[in-house]
Amino acid sequence: MLHVNDFVIDKPEEELFAYHRSTMTSPEIFALEQERIFETCWLYLGHESEIPNPGDFVRRDIAGRPIFFVRSRKTGKINVFYNTCTHRGATICRQDVGNARSLQCFYHAWTFNTDGELIGVPDEESYGGYWDRKQMALQSPRVENYRGFLFVTFNPEAEDLITYLAGARQYIDDVVDGAEEGARLFGSQEGGMEILKGTHAYAVQANWKLLAENSVDGYHLGPTHETYMTFLKNQGVSMKGGLSGGEGKDLGNGHGVLENVAPWGRPIAQWIPLFGEASKPDIERIHDYLLEKFGEERGRRMTELSRNLLVFPNLVINDIMAITVRTFNPIAPDHMEVTQKELVPKGERPDLKALRLDSYLTFLGPGGFASPDDTEAMEACQQGFQAKAVEWTYMSRGFHHHPPGYTDEHHMRAFWRGWYRRMLAEE
Amino acid sequence: MQKERSEVNTLEKSLESMSRQEVEDFLYKEGDLLDHWKLDEWLTLYTADAQYLIPTNDLRSGDPENDLVYINHDFERLQALTVRLKDRRAHREYPWSNTTHLVTNVRLLGVEEECLVVTANFLVWRFRNKDTDYFVGHYRYALQLVGGQLKIRSKHILMDMTSLRPAGAISIIL
Repeated sequence: MLHVNDFVIDKPEEELFAYHRSTMTSPEIFALEQERIFETCWLYLGHESEIPNPGDFVRRDIAGRPIFFVRSRKTGKINVFYNTCTHRGATICRQDVGNARSLQCFYHAWTFNTDGELIGVPDEESYGGYWDRKQMALQSPRVENYRGFLFVTFNPEAEDLITYLAGARQYIDDVVDGAEEGARLFGSQEGGMEILKGTHAYAVQANWKLLAENSVDGYHLGPTHETYMTFLKNQGVSMKGGLSGGEGKDLGNGHGVLENVAPWGRPIAQWIPLFGEASKPDIERIHDYLLEKFGEERGRRMTELSRNLLVFPNLVINDIMAITVRTFNPIAPDHMEVTQKELVPKGERPDLKALRLDSYLTFLGPGGFASPDDTEAMEACQQGFQAKAVEWTYMSRGFHHHPPGYTDEHHMRAFWRGWYRRMLAEE
Repeated sequence: MQKERSEVNTLEKSLESMSRQEVEDFLYKEGDLLDHWKLDEWLTLYTADAQYLIPTNDLRSGDPENDLVYINHDFERLQALTVRLKDRRAHREYPWSNTTHLVTNVRLLGVEEECLVVTANFLVWRFRNKDTDYFVGHYRYALQLVGGQLKIRSKHILMDMTSLRPAGAISIIL
């Protein structure tokens, strides 16, 4: 039996980093992760734009717990509740999305308002002296909102969200500021970002950590996604810059980011022939505008670099050929459920929005020209782990590179160090 | 002789006079070409201005210009898809999976905007290595006659499963 402190070998002086593959297969480790990671960290729940109007709600499972969030009809604020009736336990929010005046449990018809208060109990008089209706309100996890991104934690002692996000915060700002400002140039009055309707909800028969790795792994892009690069080439996209430049960064607390130059187009603000000649001058104007607005250093990063941001443990914001917000819930050691949405600036000019949406679908999602091969790769790894004889996965690329390059594994080691630190916490 | 006669008949056909059996034969042919991975031939069933759309499971009314969908291919993108699927580096489909397209409940809803609107139910099974995936739902076709031959102007694929799970991808053509 392995002890937790045997899971990871981290010897920078020897340029050695490795994790034991049982971390990907063992039910005991899986159970321990639930306790030490998913019960302690801040977890992405959803985006405020998903419930724009009073009474709007969204239902979602977060790390196995049924949750829903709803915009209060009284205050307009966002409330997050565990989706369980305080009476006998039935789930009371029984649709993925919708709008409600109040929420009634169908089992015994207890009714709650959008602030979670119990406002209706049939034959309430039959409850005796102990009964206190106020005590029977819906229960909430801790929730915080950073720039529209809603996070929950089941840990009453967790640090505040901003502290938790550490260096990842700046990258969330980059994604949001760049897209928002870019849209403003062409008449978006609204500002802010919104999550589009429509969900990519799929499953991968692999450990959830494989997707954390895969989402920020620059090394695999060339070989795994060669057919995508061929597709771009056939569309007249120049591959001259290829995949290059940039850097993988450790953002603290298990978060990491990969930033690099990539051949695909970016709605802000890298034009490619796939976007059509008509959009070229406007996309170039967005590029120049953002440089002027945010300065040379930040402006160039926003426009010319792609970003794959991993917020520990299971939120990925990819700001690449479009912006994707991806979470993955561990279901079993060899099974995760992925939920992926698209984030866009509000009020973007319709033709630029259409182009952004199309750009997303070329690579991303279960029907894209690339993501299915990621799924295949992760499942192939999971199957390979069963061989057991090869016990360790080496993650030692680029120890001697300063700064680490985009095909190095510095930022993936950051994830694993965050994982290891939390797993060790109570040993 | 048999063959010649059917060709003559097709040339004289109008969309209005198309029988359900003829349409069914056409849809079965599409399924058969896909099951046998005859992708080049399959592509010839589509018009040059075709659309192949798969909205997400949770938003079957999804509009690709405003909502996130799974797939929204025009003819050029469909061609690119066949190029990809014939490439041994399309790892999710190398080697190719075994598929069966079951097409049923075919109904001809009449001619609208020079297209014959056809709905059908489908069940597509996909087997590969340890994967068993199913895709269930409703097709909505708009068919045209081009040079006397039925062609697909649009194919909308609306899935009934509440999510894609347990499938991990739509790596085949539905």
